[in-house]
Amino acid sequence: MDIFLQQIINGLVLGSIYALVALGYSMVYGILGLINFAHGEVVMIGAMIALAMLQALASSSMPIAVIILLSLLVAALVCMALGYAMEKVCYRPLRNAPRLAPLITAIGLSIVLQNIAMIAWGRQFVAFPLQIHATQHAIAGASISDLQILIILVATASAVALLLLVHKTRLGRAMRATAQDHRIAGLMGVNVNTIISVAFVLGSALAAAAGIMIAAYYGLAHYSMGALLGLKAFTAAVLGGIGNLGGAVVGGLLLGLIESLGAGYIGALTGGFLGSHYQDIFAFFVLILVLIFRPSGLLGERVAERA
Amino acid sequence: MPIASTDTLLRVHSVTKSFGGLMALSEVSLSISRGQIYGLIGPNGAGKTTLFNVLTGLYHADHGEFQLNGIHLANKKPHKIAQHGLARTFQNIRLFANMTALENVMVGRHARTHTGVLGAILRTPHARAEEKEIRDRARELLSYMGIAAFAEDLAKNLSYGDQRRLEIARAMATDPQLLALDEPAAGMNATETTALKKLIEKIRSDGLTVLLIEHDMKLVMGVCDTVAVLDYGEKIAEGSPQEVQRDPLVIEAYLGCAP
Repeated sequence: MDIFLQQIINGLVLGSIYALVALGYSMVYGILGLINFAHGEVVMIGAMIALAMLQALASSSMPIAVIILLSLLVAALVCMALGYAMEKVCYRPLRNAPRLAPLITAIGLSIVLQNIAMIAWGRQFVAFPLQIHATQHAIAGASISDLQILIILVATASAVALLLLVHKTRLGRAMRATAQDHRIAGLMGVNVNTIISVAFVLGSALAAAAGIMIAAYYGLAHYSMGALLGLKAFTAAVLGGIGNLGGAVVGGLLLGLIESLGAGYIGALTGGFLGSHYQDIFAFFVLILVLIFRPSGLLGERVAERA
Repeated sequence: MPIASTDTLLRVHSVTKSFGGLMALSEVSLSISRGQIYGLIGPNGAGKTTLFNVLTGLYHADHGEFQLNGIHLANKKPHKIAQHGLARTFQNIRLFANMTALENVMVGRHARTHTGVLGAILRTPHARAEEKEIRDRARELLSYMGIAAFAEDLAKNLSYGDQRRLEIARAMATDPQLLALDEPAAGMNATETTALKKLIEKIRSDGLTVLLIEHDMKLVMGVCDTVAVLDYGEKIAEGSPQEVQRDPLVIEAYLGCAP
């Protein structure tokens, strides 16, 4: 088996999930200058709602494909509503507050959401019953499963759709205009509050997709699964240049590859001293390096807020 | 000598705005008739730009009100005011620097178009037709302002004068009835200012009403039908350019007290 190619495949799968979450971070940062640390929890809620739907519908007589689609749809809608409510209730009243206030609110919100999920779904890992029987396909000495292919395809389609929306439509133009200057966008007839809500709702839909995919990938969900994933996706957004959507995709994929290759070779490189369970150090090592040497990220123009 | 026209487009009544202890606007009233070029002059800090900010919804007046076409707009949100037909440019140019010239003007069409989230995602025939209409109208406006050649350039890469023209094109894209220009001639040389004067006259002859803040007296006196003078937030004179130039209060405001 070709370890290198295998780690590239694993890295791309992981990276496309990071990219979807990073897009949400970057979109909101681009428009509001806010790092929404509760974004990772939206990912978790997406997975949990899909899980609850799958469990509830498991005994029904509906065909399995309908059950899965219905679960995904409900999870996405719940997350979109959550994103909308989050902005409206928690961030909008702080729109003109010092920048630290919404940031701390975001961290608080993330704790609240985690605890709600813990009460609702318990403290243990829950099995995610979306068992796509993963047929393995052999390519050039490595293997890729149906589920991995599906994840890459869904992530690519979502990211392309979002980039087209932002760069080719009236709504996207209004979003970019708002990102550059709220007041002037308002003078052009753009309802700035609507645009901010749209950014949260779209980002939350992508987060829901990411949550369901990562839960299906590992076959597990947990109330705190969003915290680390959120931090890594934030790292990906900073790596690509926060506020830049293309950068979020590049950063996500790169981070997935770095992590995956790092985990694959760390044992050999350290003579067995560190094992692959140390894979999480790479993301934060990257975050530190980027913040020191290129705080604007690979494709970015703006410097991320210290947080 | 306010013009008591039957066809008043903008009526401002007793608008007052203070910042802390500083009275930026004190009981300012004025009325602008449809089709006029109305000049607003005054020494630096007289409150001219503050009035623009109140009129376009960027500031809320402490009290007072204003109507465009008889519709009360005081303290409405900027995007609502834009939809009712009031557009402006800025003294310090404020374009969307990282968007192309064409996109800047296309954003200006936002006030007059409707495609929402679903239409944009589903690319409905209506959404596509509207997108084409937005693009066509934006190109038309770039041509109107004589900067069609720079449509695909980023706004920040345009020359200073072209940026000013682009800002006017963007404001006109909102289909305003009243176009408010904040020092459009600032930083322009004599030739450019002459071209600007012709442009303002052309805009008026195409049916718009123009409210002009300007320090270039030659331009103001040459192009305006009526001129109002602000000093320390108060309107101290209003009338034809000739009347205003002879007004002792105005001379005092500009040159200081006569000994």
